[in-house]
Amino acid sequence: MSDKVYQAVPSTPGTETYWDAAKEGKLMVQFCKDCKKPHHYPRGVCPHCMSTNLEWKQAKGTGEIYTYSIMHAAKPAYVIAYVTLDEGLSMMTNIVDCDAAKVKVGQKVKVVFKPTDNGGKLPCFTVV
Amino acid sequence: MSLKGQAYIVGAYEHPTRKAPDKSLAQLHAEVAKGALEDAGLTKNDVDGYFCAAGDTPGLGGLSIVEYMGLKLKHYDTTDTGGSSYNVHVGHAVQAIATGRCNVALVTLAGRPRSEGQATGTAPRMGNPQQPDLQFEFPYGPATANMYAMCARRHMHQYGTTSEQLAWVKVAASHHAQYNPHAMLQKVVTVEEVVNSPMVADPLHRLDCCVISDGGGALVITKPEIAKKLKRPLVKVIGVGEANKIQGGGVGLDLTYSAGLESGKRAFEMAGIKPSDIKYASIYDSFTITVIMQLEDLGFCKKGEGGKFVSDGNLISGVGKLPFNTDGGGLCNNHPGNRGGMTKVIEAVRQARGEAHPKVQVKDHGLVLAHGTGGSLGTRHVGSTVILERE
Ligand SMILES: [Zn+2]
Repeated sequence: MSDKVYQAVPSTPGTETYWDAAKEGKLMVQFCKDCKKPHHYPRGVCPHCMSTNLEWKQAKGTGEIYTYSIMHAAKPAYVIAYVTLDEGLSMMTNIVDCDAAKVKVGQKVKVVFKPTDNGGKLPCFTVV
Repeated sequence: MSLKGQAYIVGAYEHPTRKAPDKSLAQLHAEVAKGALEDAGLTKNDVDGYFCAAGDTPGLGGLSIVEYMGLKLKHYDTTDTGGSSYNVHVGHAVQAIATGRCNVALVTLAGRPRSEGQATGTAPRMGNPQQPDLQFEFPYGPATANMYAMCARRHMHQYGTTSEQLAWVKVAASHHAQYNPHAMLQKVVTVEEVVNSPMVADPLHRLDCCVISDGGGALVITKPEIAKKLKRPLVKVIGVGEANKIQGGGVGLDLTYSAGLESGKRAFEMAGIKPSDIKYASIYDSFTITVIMQLEDLGFCKKGEGGKFVSDGNLISGVGKLPFNTDGGGLCNNHPGNRGGMTKVIEAVRQARGEAHPKVQVKDHGLVLAHGTGGSLGTRHVGSTVILERE
């Protein structure tokens, strides 16, 4: 288990819901009530149809690794990745709490929450 | 109105420095401007259009740099798309000239990341928190190298591309750089040396990454009537195209292709030629994977076959079918200000003129291409393609 505390970027008006939920161990995804599609990152307007008629839903928190890279240039090294959620959308994240050498494309993962330096939590993923 | 053939690149200059602790950024801009104008046989007072990227010209847009150089302008464009800005500027300058907004366009780039000690590719850069993606990306440590590494990893997974194939891109660049006395890395390297160099961001090794250099470059673009009175070989712009690529809200994420897919198509359509007509290509080479993906997207080979295409020296001048980056490229020669589009256009102009180093000059240089990517292939970027014809 890594005890890394992540450097947070302040939320902006409209994204508090995502970060408040993360603090409680929930991964939220925005859906458009008009075109029904999800999107990530969260925002005030649907990037598919420009509707502002949006709703938040809690994601299952499971998915698979689309791609990843082990950042050897950093000490300690970390694993950055895109994970495709079961809801059908992909998000940038870190793969944590597992042997980096065993991470693979297509690997099933689940969300875990890691502390940030502003007292919040950051959604990361670990192998199932 | 088609922009085909409406303007010529008459001046091109690459600053010889690769480390400039003794020169200010503004001085570098001015020196490359002077170099390109002298190359064209024009003066500062002929310039009535100026193009730069807002991000490498401190001050409001390019206003301060314009004043530093003492330019009096009719047209002014500070579009910043990162490394591809200068390919974009060529297209914008042709458009401005064709519509009578200006007659002589000057484009400049300068940067000094090496003197300023930037950990360009390996340290995530914190931006303005109002950048809407930042809070959802920056905490995860997206540096330049690991974002391109994720493209490489997916390309390998989907198409079977190998580290050895990536290495061939660097090997070809190094073969060219040995003839460039200004190149940062002039030593010829082997596939083994590339794949055995330290891992930076798996699967990219140190030698899969471009250099970090100070310096810059400039271009002068003008209308046919003026170009034909100058004493330089005539290099006509016959195709330009730009396109952006976004993540689409994370739905259908596909990191195996770039905006070059569309920008290339637009440029080839305007030029009325096909990829197989091109005998020299400057291809943005921030990393070896960048080249493979863009070669596929531009149509030089099928999607997924870029690794095979670059193997066995196919990009080496005098050896392979498509000589690329004969100055050594960003991988070996120069990547001034972390913005490689300018040097891509400059080497394409040298090739079209027949003024590349004799050891790397292609014989059939009637049609050449310069393609750039700015931003990140791993997130969002702009691709821009320029096709030139030697008249
Ligand atoms: Zn919608």
